[in-house]
Amino acid sequence: MAAEGKSRKRREPGGGAEGEAQPEPGAQPEVLFPPGFSVSEIKNKQRRQFMFQRWKRARRQEQLAAKKKRQKEREALGDKAPPKPVPKTIENQRVYDETTVDPQDEEVAFDEATDEFSSYFNRETSPKILITTSDRPRGRTVRLCEQMAKVVPNSHVFYRRGLALKKIIPQCVARDFTDLLVINEDRKVPNGLVISHLPNGPTAHFKMSSVRLAKELKRKGKNPTEHIPEVILNNFSTRLGHSIGRMLASLFPYDPQFVGRQVATFHNQRDYIFFRFHRYIFRNEKKVGLQELGPRFTLKLRSLQKGTFDSKYGEYEWVHKRHEMDTSRRKFHL
Amino acid sequence: MRDRMGRGGRTDGTHKMAARRFHVWVGAESGILKGVDLGGKRAVNLTDFNRAQEISDIAWRDPEETEVLLGCVDGTVKVFSTREGIVTESRHCSGGEGPLRGLAVYNSSLVTCTESGLLKVWTEDSEDHVEVGRGVCRMRQDAGRPECVATGGKENALKVWDLQKLQQPIFTAKNVRNDWLDLRVPIWVRDMQFIPGSGKIVTCTGHSQVRVYDPSSPQRRPVMEMTYEEYPITALSLTSDANSVVVGNTRGQIAILDLRKGRLLKCLKGQAGSIRGLHCHPTLPLVASCGLDRFLRIHNTESKVLQHKVYLKSRLNCVLFTSRENWEEEAADGAATVKEEEEDEIWDSMATVTDRPESKRKTGPQEAPASQKRLKQMSKDSELKSTNASTFLED
Repeated sequence: MAAEGKSRKRREPGGGAEGEAQPEPGAQPEVLFPPGFSVSEIKNKQRRQFMFQRWKRARRQEQLAAKKKRQKEREALGDKAPPKPVPKTIENQRVYDETTVDPQDEEVAFDEATDEFSSYFNRETSPKILITTSDRPRGRTVRLCEQMAKVVPNSHVFYRRGLALKKIIPQCVARDFTDLLVINEDRKVPNGLVISHLPNGPTAHFKMSSVRLAKELKRKGKNPTEHIPEVILNNFSTRLGHSIGRMLASLFPYDPQFVGRQVATFHNQRDYIFFRFHRYIFRNEKKVGLQELGPRFTLKLRSLQKGTFDSKYGEYEWVHKRHEMDTSRRKFHL
Repeated sequence: MRDRMGRGGRTDGTHKMAARRFHVWVGAESGILKGVDLGGKRAVNLTDFNRAQEISDIAWRDPEETEVLLGCVDGTVKVFSTREGIVTESRHCSGGEGPLRGLAVYNSSLVTCTESGLLKVWTEDSEDHVEVGRGVCRMRQDAGRPECVATGGKENALKVWDLQKLQQPIFTAKNVRNDWLDLRVPIWVRDMQFIPGSGKIVTCTGHSQVRVYDPSSPQRRPVMEMTYEEYPITALSLTSDANSVVVGNTRGQIAILDLRKGRLLKCLKGQAGSIRGLHCHPTLPLVASCGLDRFLRIHNTESKVLQHKVYLKSRLNCVLFTSRENWEEEAADGAATVKEEEEDEIWDSMATVTDRPESKRKTGPQEAPASQKRLKQMSKDSELKSTNASTFLED
């Protein structure tokens, strides 16, 4: 093992020192350490490192032995073996959020049936998206906008000529746009996303990170086609998560064309929303092949505002306050 | 803290019993009035969903707090009785567009104000009304002098009206001087409250200013002004000692400001959405806040501690405290009754030496004071009943 090699190497040049040190705290069982002794109390760095590596090796061997013993016991018991203990992950340890939506809840169902997205989910309106950026965008952002325009059907990219969003919004409403997507850029890298649902709907402000353009992905597929993709929304369990999920779903038309075999996924895990765009093919009933097309990015919700974009006078439905909300590592809000 | 859906006939019985126990009344955007019992941590829906009748204002109809007035977005006023637990009457207040922004009761007649500025007094025979100006955000009545009401709104200065003579306001506030760039300071009065004792009025604006006006002084400009953060302040409430005011803004920041010196005393944390309603308890140091993040929070104003947090599933518009004070006694009362029931079960399940058929009340040493407390409560309720009968409002 590499650790052993190192200790052997150290033993040779410091042979003199190690030679006399070795019999003392060495491997002989007659030497008794004072109780409460720990490896970190040795002041000599070389000796300390050597002792630590030896302790670690011994511990590893004990653990392997215990594991083998447990496995033998398990096989011996056969069917009567107790179930394997589930390891604790942050997702299992998540603090139960009281705003988690119960599927049978009538009040929440009524609320959702009459909110701003109800006309989309009743198939009365179909989305028309305007994609723009912050002022004077650089290369990556421009290419991301173009790729988003291919991924999201019925979307148009416009160059932001330094116009105020509050002036753009009435013009969009007049031209029947349903959503406005603004990709914010900082130092040539896209880092923020504002989705504003148009007639008077909520505005969500996200922080965007890990943006990978289609060229940077290891993909072998062709470009996305014009078919309307399916939308997958994973793990939006709380009331706030529901609102955001509905908002993201309402960007895509409500009748997916399964012929196109394209799917856009918004996966929420630990309050981060991962966006991926794939083309799938079922090779048989159990195997699926996936090609990743299109851009990928990660979003984190910063605020949800009730009306259209108005950061100064608008009313916020939810604002991320880091010092109050991020105190527990097991509490998530989406 | 689980919500129980109170609908229709099945839970009417519990409504009758429990309606008197509610500590806080909250009006939601979906048109539901919710009564919240903080001792048992329960919230009960008392009306049905109706988004067209979203509750925009809530007020007590009488000082004994037996009936709640609800003002809706389409101009309807509903009266909810706390004893019966149902909406007893509903009246449509026509005239004026926009949601109802203020409700008051004067000489047993209803006073309403809509957003378009129509302030109307609804009496038996006549209807007195006056146009207050467009864009009204709030109308409030002075608790000490019920004939005075104040109105204010966006580009609508604070005006105090006398309900007996509605032609001219008693007091119109003047805008402050131009700012350091010599530009006119815009007006946006969002909420106001009369300070008891003196005739002063404290207002909060959409440009994050809190101002105190004194109608008795010769100057019509604010006597004191302070700013809090940079976001519009949407709700305001005076604490039980009238020296400080609790304000909340659109970002969910609640602060207690001192009115004597004009500085920030405390900040109350927790709210994540815009605060739509704030109400301080009349005597205890508690403040209830509700907002767009669907939670009702009760903070202690002295120790800044969040005492109760209840999830109510709709966005909340307005909140009202009952002025009951004996919360700890009630909590103990509840605990004592539960304990009694448990002890009754234990006693009943044990074999009895002598047969006692009416062993419903097994008195132990600790149950005597609790039963006395219950007697006291019952006598108090009967007092309330008699006073209510005398001040029965006819409409």
